[in-house]
Formats: sequence, C-alpha cells, structure tokens
Amino acid sequence: MIAEVGHFALILAALMALVQGTLPLVGAARGEAPLMALAKPAAQAQFLLIAVAFGALTYAYVVSDFSIANVAQNSHSAKPLLYKITGVWGNHEGSMLLWVLILALFGAALASFGRNLPPSLHARALGVQGLIGIAFLAFLLFSSNPFERLVPAPPDGSGLNPLLQDPGLAFHPPFLYLGYVGFSMAFSFAIAALLEGRVDPAWARWVRPWTLAAWSCLTVGIALGSWWAYYELGWGGWWFWDPVENASFMPWIAGAALLHSAIVVEKRGTLKSWTVLLAIIVFSLSLVGTFLVRSGVLTSVHAFATDPARGLFILGILVLTIGGSLTLYAWRAPQLRATGTFRPVSREGALVLNNLLLTVAAATVFIGTLYPLVLDAVGGGKISVGAPYFNATFIPIMTPLVIAMAIGPMLAWKRGDLWAALGRLKLALAAAVGVVALSLWLDGTRDLLAAMGMALAAWLFAGVALELAGRIKLGRAPIADSLRRAAGLPRAAYGMTVAHMGFAVVIAGVTASSAWQTESIRIMKPGEMTTLAGYDFRFLGVKAGRGPNYASQFGSFAVSRGGRPVATLVAEKRFYPVQRRQTTEAAIHTTWLSDLYAVIGEADKSGGWSVRLYHNPLVPWIWIGAIIMFAGGTISLSDRRHRVGAPRRARPAALAGSAPAKA
Amino acid sequence: MSDMSDMTESATTRGRTQHLLYILPVLVFGALAAVIAYFMLSGRDPRLLPSALIDQPAPEFKLPPIEGWEGRKPGLATGDLRGAVTVVNFFASWCVPCLAEHPQIMALSKMEGVRVVGINHKDRPAAAKDWLTRHGDPYARIGADSGRAAIEWGVYGMPETFILDKTGRIRFKHVGVVRRETLKETILPIIRKLRK
Repeated sequence: MIAEVGHFALILAALMALVQGTLPLVGAARGEAPLMALAKPAAQAQFLLIAVAFGALTYAYVVSDFSIANVAQNSHSAKPLLYKITGVWGNHEGSMLLWVLILALFGAALASFGRNLPPSLHARALGVQGLIGIAFLAFLLFSSNPFERLVPAPPDGSGLNPLLQDPGLAFHPPFLYLGYVGFSMAFSFAIAALLEGRVDPAWARWVRPWTLAAWSCLTVGIALGSWWAYYELGWGGWWFWDPVENASFMPWIAGAALLHSAIVVEKRGTLKSWTVLLAIIVFSLSLVGTFLVRSGVLTSVHAFATDPARGLFILGILVLTIGGSLTLYAWRAPQLRATGTFRPVSREGALVLNNLLLTVAAATVFIGTLYPLVLDAVGGGKISVGAPYFNATFIPIMTPLVIAMAIGPMLAWKRGDLWAALGRLKLALAAAVGVVALSLWLDGTRDLLAAMGMALAAWLFAGVALELAGRIKLGRAPIADSLRRAAGLPRAAYGMTVAHMGFAVVIAGVTASSAWQTESIRIMKPGEMTTLAGYDFRFLGVKAGRGPNYASQFGSFAVSRGGRPVATLVAEKRFYPVQRRQTTEAAIHTTWLSDLYAVIGEADKSGGWSVRLYHNPLVPWIWIGAIIMFAGGTISLSDRRHRVGAPRRARPAALAGSAPAKA
Repeated sequence: MSDMSDMTESATTRGRTQHLLYILPVLVFGALAAVIAYFMLSGRDPRLLPSALIDQPAPEFKLPPIEGWEGRKPGLATGDLRGAVTVVNFFASWCVPCLAEHPQIMALSKMEGVRVVGINHKDRPAAAKDWLTRHGDPYARIGADSGRAAIEWGVYGMPETFILDKTGRIRFKHVGVVRRETLKETILPIIRKLRK
C-alpha cells in the first residue's frame, strides 16, 4: 500500500513538473502574470510529492518489504539500520529518486525565496527546472520504477553491495548529487537569461550563491569518495583517475571556473556570454557524470545499472538538454553585450586566465576519460590511458594556475600593476624557496619535482595570507586600525582566503603523498618484525570475529619507533556470506603529518600472511584541505550580499518596479 | 573612400567570425553525439576492422630490460620475436585492466609451444618490479618502453596483446582485457593454427 502511494505521488510529481515546465514559460513569453505565477506552487507541490515518494521507499527499506523488487534486490533483513536507509540510494532506481528529490528541493527553494527576482526571469528559471524535472521523472517512471512489486515476495533480500556498506560511501552520493543537481540552478538561470536576452550584475548575484553552494557540496562529495577509496580499497592510494572519479571531477573544475567568471559578470558586467556558456557546460558535465555512472557504461562498483535501454533514454535526455541549450546559446548569446572593458593585466585578466586554465584542465580530463569509453562503446575493448596521461597533462596546467592564484587577488579591477603585485609577494617567494630547500634536505631521494610541488603550496598559502594582510594593512597601520579593518571586511573576502588556503593544503597533501609514499609488501609470520619509514611493525597474528552480516579476520600490528610504542594497527578483512564477497578495511594510524596504513591479505600454507604496509606522508592534508575549502565556500555564502533579499536592500530604487511581485 | 570600405568589410568579417564562435559549442556537441549515436545504432562491430599492422612484420625496435629486473628477464628487440609463435603483451603496473587479464597471461605462459613476452609501458621501474613480484612474472623477456614502441606498434591504451607467427609477422591484435573467454575462444585457436 505504502509503495503504491509512493508510486502515485511520483506520477503526480511528473504532472506537476509538466505544469511547471510549460505554462510559466508560455506566460513569460506572452507577459501573462497568472501563468507565470503558476511556477511557484507547482515547484513546491512537486517537491512535496517527490518527498512523499522518497519517504515511501525509505519506509519500505526500513521495514524490509521484500515484495518490492528494488528492496529485495538491494537490502537484507540482517543489515544494520543505517545501511538500510542509505541502501535507498545505493542502487540505480533509488539514487535516481534521490536525484529528482534534490532537483525538486532546489526548485522549491528558488520558488520560495526568489520573490525579489524579476517575475519573468523567476518564471523562466523555474520553468527550465520543471523541464529537467519532466525528463528525469519520466526516466524514473518509464524505465527505472523503484516501486515495482515482486510476486512472489522472496523470504529475504539479496543484500547491498558490501563495498557500499560503509559510512564514508553512505553519504558520498547525497553530497555528490547536491553538487551535480545544484548546478542545475546555474543552468536554469543561464537558459532563462538567454530567453530574456539579458544578463546583468543582478543575474550574476543570483547565480553565484547557488553555484557556490553546489560546488562546496561537490567538494565534500568528492573528498568523501576519495577518502573511502583510500581506506576501503586497501591500495594505499586515494585517487585513481577512474572514469567515475573523473565524472565528478570535471563538473568540479568547470564549476570552479564558473564561480570565478560569475564574479566578473557581477562586478564588471563583462564575460557575460562566456559565463552563460560555462553554466551550460557545468550542468552538461554533471549530466554526463550521471550518464557515465548510471548507464552502465562503466563496469565498476559505481555502476549498478547495466541496461542499454536506460542508457539510450539518458542519452536522449542528454542530447535534448545539452543540444537544445547550446542551440539556444548559438541563437541568443550574440545579443549579450559586454559593458566593461579591461586591460590584460587586471583582476578581470587574472580571472580570464583562471577560466582558460580551468577549462583546459576540464577538457584534458574529459578527453582522457571519454576516449577509452568511446573506444569501449565501439567495441574496442576496455583500456586505460591511466595515471601517466593525467599526471603528464594535468600538472603542467595546474602549475601556472596556482602561481597566478596568488597574484590575481592582488591586482586591481580594470587595470592592475603586475610589478607592484609581485613586489608584495616577495615573502611568498621566500617561503617557496625555503620550502624547496627544506624538501630537498629532508628527502633522501632529492625529488626536485616534489620539492617544486611543495613550493607551489607554500607560495599559494603565503600569497593568500599576504593578500589578506594587505587588505587590513597589517603592519602598515596601527594594530587597532588593522583589527577594525579586519572586522569590516566582507565575509566573501574571508571565504576566498580560506578556500584558497584549503587548496594550498590539498596541493601539499597530494604532492607529499604521491612523491614520498613508502610501502612494504611481504609475507609475515606472527611475531615477525619489519621496518618502514623508521617505524617497526611487529605482526601479532590474526583473530576471527563476527559483524552483524559478515565474518571478520583481524590482523594486528604493534608499531613502535625507536623502541617506544606508537600504536596498534588492526587491519580487518570482511567476508559477506550473502553476496559471497570480501572487503578490506585498512588499519590507519594518523599523526596528521602522515598515516601508517596496514592491510592484510591471504594466508599461505606455512602460516604466514601477505601484508601490505604503507607510510603516507601528509595524506590527511588532502581531506583537511577539502574541508577547509568547503568552509571557505560556506563563509562566503554567509556573506550579507548573498543572503536572500540582499539585492533589494542594496538597490531599493532600481528594483522598486518589481515590488508588486512580492504581493 | 577605400579606408571606409576596408573598415566595413573588416567589421562584417569580425561579426561573422564572432557568430561562428557562438555556434561552435553546439557544432562540437553535435559531432560528438552523432559519432556516439552512429556506433550505438549501426550495430557494426568495429572489432572486425583490420589493424593496419595485421600480417605485417613487427616494427623494428630494441628495448632495454626493466631497471633492476635485468638479472631476471632480459630486454626485448625485434630479433627476439622470430622462431616461435609469440604473444606480445603490453602492460603497466598503473593499469587496472592489466591486472584483470594477468591470470590469463600467466596461464598462457605455462602453455607449451608459445612464447610470451611483455612490453612494460610508461612505468616506474620500482612499481613495475613490485607488480611483477606481487602478481607473478609470466614473461620470457620484458622490454621497458618509454612510449616510442607503443606508437610504432599502434598501441593506444593499456592493455593490448599481439600474436605473431614463427616468422615474426603480426597475425592478430586484441585491444583491452584478455578475458577467460577471449583466451579460450579466440587466442588459443589462433595459436594452435599458427603452431602448425
């Protein structure tokens, strides 16, 4: 019964989306206010209906209703409650339901808080959201119905993929989707602007917070995914340039470019058509990301759906959405005229360089990801262009970007002084040189490239700190004066500083863990000892244990350094009898400067165990940096300018005309 | 006068190029979508397309052994490919699909009357040595390739596998993972035929 309610709610939601995606657009074209006003209640109702459907499916999972095919295939009565709930989106149908739920959530938010937008722009943006909703709700209902019944109902379910029964991965999809789907707002606004035929600073002020929120969530989603790969896959690595990872990484890079170009539109009224194009590209990449994962093009842990009909359906959605929006762009974008002019050396110029490099980076990842996929799709077999391609192309693009990241914020709008900016960065340069020397001195292998990577991180961190110090005139004015200035700085300024510092921390973590990881792979018998990176690992043996729905083997290591005990590492190997699958849970001891990491493998006939031990310098910094970047985004979002109603307060006269829309 | 007409002309040219710029995104996307749709709908099997190298002698090359592995396995050159049916397998430690086909390559190496040699593509010697220690080394000889040999062999991704007859001619090429079925249904019959 509950399932049928959910199914019915989903159908009603699709009808609501149909209303939202058509009539308001017609109304906006004809200037008919009543039709435009339909968008708001339709968006809100659509969200409530999808929430009901999502609730119904969650309920079915919690009570283990195996008469529903989706629950029977993906859940099991012995599963812990947390994974019963997260199992809702641990499969194709459920994850698509989560996707439309988040889409509708954003739509409802726009409907509820967009009162101070020009009515036609508001109606059009909501209309485009409705169109996206129609496509994905139809996809759910016609090819991926999560409420399908199973007759007869099996006595128990077949369980969730054990790899997905993990807290890190349980919350990876919701954050990822908040990011992917969040970019739909930028897209809807871009299409609405093309239909309106105008893009102005107020438009950019609306687009930026949505983009920032989506990008921040995507940052967390990607970080969670890589953290999971790090401790669960047991290879000691945290990023594999896997197509699925790249699928989330491309919108992240392009989204970062969009964040920055929207600033130029907001402050200077230029780069308009580029920003609109970028908004279309970012959401298109999000859709491609969904497509790559959902269509079963990829056979990895992520692809739960391997059904070509679904693939064709999604391909159709992609062609309509991306092709349609790019056609509209070709037709309408030439009318978007830039108002501001600027010199190459200026804040705008720096942001253009940022956009250029980020776009090239995204294109590089796109080619490296899609090329093997296209080859596979045409039957050429599965190949990997692999880490060497990405390392060889990505690092040379990121290097100038990071160098420019410290300089850009020091340049003035319109016309900047490069030499003055560089003069202010003397200390950052000194920090970079110092770090090169320190790295070469500490590192026995004298890896110059790694030292340069660390220097880039130091350059960026110091450069960003100097920019903030310069803004508050630290050291050049009395300290009380500086503090007053610091208190008066907008939160967006702090947001930028924090986010850029977070990126510097990530670079340090990535460089150090890639260059200076040491590993020891060997067979050990209980009682044996081995040394890695100055730590002594004594293997204590393996004990058996039981979890709620799996059997475990725990291999313990006593780690000491110079005779002093450091930690006891307990590496786990799980066997899930329902799926007959094994997973590894790495044992990790972190000192925040490095991780000691241990995994156990198979036992051999003589009583020895194959073990893998890793020493990963600075690897925790990767995720700490990602959290700092998220914090930066959040601080910037809390800025007064971005808050709802702020544009109205800032320019009461200009927007007086749209006041009746509030009533 | 001529100045004026020049200016108008350049203005229209600029207008036209700018317009093309706006159309470019949709054109690129259209081309991409068309290629994908063509392959999805045509039902053609592009695997049947012959490689340009099929039935040609193997390209001339000479590769050093993997650094630090020379004591175990020598390097590889064109001359080493004659005299017996040879399987040339391109692999790398960073390539996950290579690991997937590794058991099949191991099985091949234990067969009689066939020589399995490896070309280690764009790899760090230390990583390659680790990989071979951990998973086993099926190769009679291994050449370490910094990328040049892959180009000459027309290899565009890892892994790829070639079968050569006794005279050193390339007779078959397989792109991607050698699965257990591929081994049984395709590769073994070809080897049997070539051994005669």
